[in-house]
Amino acid sequence: MSAVMPGDHSAAPQSGAMSARLAYRRSRILREKLIELALLLAALVSVFTTAGIVYVLVKESVVFFQQVPLWDFLTDTQWTPLFDDAHFGIMVLLSGTLTSSAVALAIAIPLGTIIAIYLSEFAPFSIREVAKPFLELLGGVPTIVYGYFALLFVTPILQWFYPELPGFNLLSAGIVMGIMIIPYVASISEDAMRAVPMNLREGSYAMGATRYQTAVKVVVPAAFSGIASAYILGISRAVGETMILAVAAGMQPNLTVNPLEPAATITAFIVQVALGDLPHGSIGYQTIFAAGLTLMLFTLACNIAGHVLRKSFREAY
Amino acid sequence: MSAVSIAATIEARPEALAQGALKAEAKKLSFYYGDFRALKDLDLVVHEQRVTALIGPSGCGKSTFLRCFNRMHDLYPGNRYHGEIRLYPDDTNLLASNVDPIEVRMRLSMVFQKPNPFPKSIFENVAYGLRVRGERSRRAVEDKVEAALRDAALWDEVKDRLQEPGFNLSGGQQQRLCIARALATDPEILLFDEPTSALDPIATANIEELIAELKKRVTILIVTHNMQQAARVSDYTAYMYLGEIIEFGRTDELFIKPRHKQTEDYITGRFG
Amino acid sequence: MAYAKDLSSIRALIASHKRWDMIFGLCGLLALMVGVLTFAALFVDMAVEGVPRLNADFFTNFPSRHPAQAGILSAWVGSCLVMVVTAFFAVPLGVAAGVYLEEYASKNWITDVIEINITNLAGVPSIVYGLLALGLFVYQFGFGQSILSAGLTLALLILPVVIVATREAIRSIPQGIREGAYALGGTQWQVCKDHIIPYSSAGILTGVIIGMARAIGETAPVITIGALTFIAFLPAAPLKAEPPFVSFDWVLSPFTVMPIQMFNWTSRPEAAFHQNAAAAGFVLVLMTLAMNGLAIYLRYRLRKNIKW
Repeated sequence: MSAVMPGDHSAAPQSGAMSARLAYRRSRILREKLIELALLLAALVSVFTTAGIVYVLVKESVVFFQQVPLWDFLTDTQWTPLFDDAHFGIMVLLSGTLTSSAVALAIAIPLGTIIAIYLSEFAPFSIREVAKPFLELLGGVPTIVYGYFALLFVTPILQWFYPELPGFNLLSAGIVMGIMIIPYVASISEDAMRAVPMNLREGSYAMGATRYQTAVKVVVPAAFSGIASAYILGISRAVGETMILAVAAGMQPNLTVNPLEPAATITAFIVQVALGDLPHGSIGYQTIFAAGLTLMLFTLACNIAGHVLRKSFREAY
Repeated sequence: MSAVSIAATIEARPEALAQGALKAEAKKLSFYYGDFRALKDLDLVVHEQRVTALIGPSGCGKSTFLRCFNRMHDLYPGNRYHGEIRLYPDDTNLLASNVDPIEVRMRLSMVFQKPNPFPKSIFENVAYGLRVRGERSRRAVEDKVEAALRDAALWDEVKDRLQEPGFNLSGGQQQRLCIARALATDPEILLFDEPTSALDPIATANIEELIAELKKRVTILIVTHNMQQAARVSDYTAYMYLGEIIEFGRTDELFIKPRHKQTEDYITGRFG
Repeated sequence: MAYAKDLSSIRALIASHKRWDMIFGLCGLLALMVGVLTFAALFVDMAVEGVPRLNADFFTNFPSRHPAQAGILSAWVGSCLVMVVTAFFAVPLGVAAGVYLEEYASKNWITDVIEINITNLAGVPSIVYGLLALGLFVYQFGFGQSILSAGLTLALLILPVVIVATREAIRSIPQGIREGAYALGGTQWQVCKDHIIPYSSAGILTGVIIGMARAIGETAPVITIGALTFIAFLPAAPLKAEPPFVSFDWVLSPFTVMPIQMFNWTSRPEAAFHQNAAAAGFVLVLMTLAMNGLAIYLRYRLRKNIKW
């Protein structure tokens, strides 16, 4: 929306009023342009943030990898960065991250999908109106509270079934993390299913199918890429979760895939180091950035995959 | 749209068929969307192996009426049926509360205005109804799918690509796929809800030809906003207006010599 | 009759299908129950453990080595101050960005880049924001381990939430209103300032509340910055007795926040500290519940009475 510029500058203004009006118009145009620039800069903050993240992570990681060979980083089976005999095998932290995420997703994906199908295809309006806000509240509980819950409520209950379970373990953290992720999976999947046109469902019902048959054979396949992107975002959320694991899984690096053991995840390690004294510029300081870079690359891959899937889904309808 | 060109269409039709046996009958059917009475005491007979068309201006209730036959309105809350739709020869009232809508939908099939192939292969689209009915024998399913696709005049075009997604077909082909899907389960009545209004003229002509063929084996009830189509394709026509059937009769009689002025006004294009 | 046999077998088939229907409906409810029960257990656990500990002292005491005397004064004051800084940055930046993307931006590559970034940032783990803050705000810019760094970090964290809420609120304004305003001779900014922003303010507010609820509960980024877990003092007061009457020393002060205090107490082995943690957790849960509940209610009201 731009004002029409005054046409002929060479013609002498007819009166003081005219020149005043032109001057006002020019200053108004200038003001509008400046405001637009300010708004653009605000919008660019997101780009600056990403750039900042990349800069910070890469800058410190470069220093890190000058001291620790990439090969060692990827293949060493011990993670003891703050010891005199330091080892930097990221695999150890990754095992904790992946094991806990596997437990979480084993809960979040089935339950989240079932809830989404139920809310989209089965539930009467009244249940849906209550369930959706409730799921939002469930996802809005601070993760430190979930961490407390995992350590001091869930673990004792699990220990009642299995007394040898250590106080810190990946299972209880994974279970609570899974329940925390259910709202994410459920709401994105449900949105994808609601976007399937009613026309398709009517075609199925008209053939004598029940709600369950229509949901499973027609709606879910039609919403598939949206549902898949929900799963991928759930994975990304599980991998990036910090406090539940820092509190309930312990911070002892442990190369394991057994959820009944304690272990440190990438995120918990960063917290652990941050809690201690971190001389700026020490190898310990740089380690958390290398760990963070690994985490960032993984979640970036997940987010990109989810985004691509969601875009392809939208094109179909 | 003058009466003259309709007359020409009627003239061009093949010899009119004798009246068939009754397949279904609507008796004093009323339908309510909430408090709004959309259909008012409708009486209609549907003859076996004939095409019955419902015509009328927008909003007259013809689609609403059609969707009563296979209880589609049950899918949405707040709807009520009064009266009966009897299906012969077993004289079941399709609208009775103790009659399961799913059972009704297994006996009648519907083709929708906007083609709605499922996100599955062409084969699986046609086989869907059979699978819902629990048909397990692979041979039986394959045979029925081929027969249905042939009946829908689609077999030659898709026989080499049955595993491709249904979406890949053109609009007209998709609609014929939906017709094949509806035919595969040997329905007692085939309901068409404005099947060609979303298609181009060539696809429309194909489907009208198809309907003329299909009626030899299956009873057809078709809703259309296109009078020429009704004149071309149907044996009996009902003219509806504001939820009532104004006139019903053999197509050639209704279009050439309508008994009610309202019908004549609609046919000659004075309104609607 | 030819139909009798078919009909009865069809009826049997339908009956078995409907059984599956019912079973799945039950599964759906059970799955929902898992969420409900977890939430109930969590809430009740916090309440039972923590409420007995909630007395006036708890809110006015500093943390201490003795659990009975430890309180959350520095934590909740710190949380409030950090929230002020967060809102100070997140709201203007988020609303401005939302307005730009909806009203000014044209479909070019710059806009695409911005939108991709916003979507991507919404999925970045919160601890990575902490690393960004540590490297950039704390050291590179020299803000130190202060409320300013924390507020900036959390503002960036919730920026996508505010931007998306702003955009959706603006999108729901009918084009007719815009055209009416332009037709009266308004400039683009005048239309935004006088019409677009005021009409979408309720939707924006909903997004801001949700964002703030998230920021209050965030622990990881704030720990990474180096918020200390044992703070027995308050940042300098913003108001002073002498000119210039307003002080900003508090912005650069060390601090702690509620979630970190809870984390600290949870990590101690003594059960008495766990009770403190439960009390702090209960306060946190109440606060986030109230804020999220308010946002949901606002959204519900918005959907019901759109005054166009």
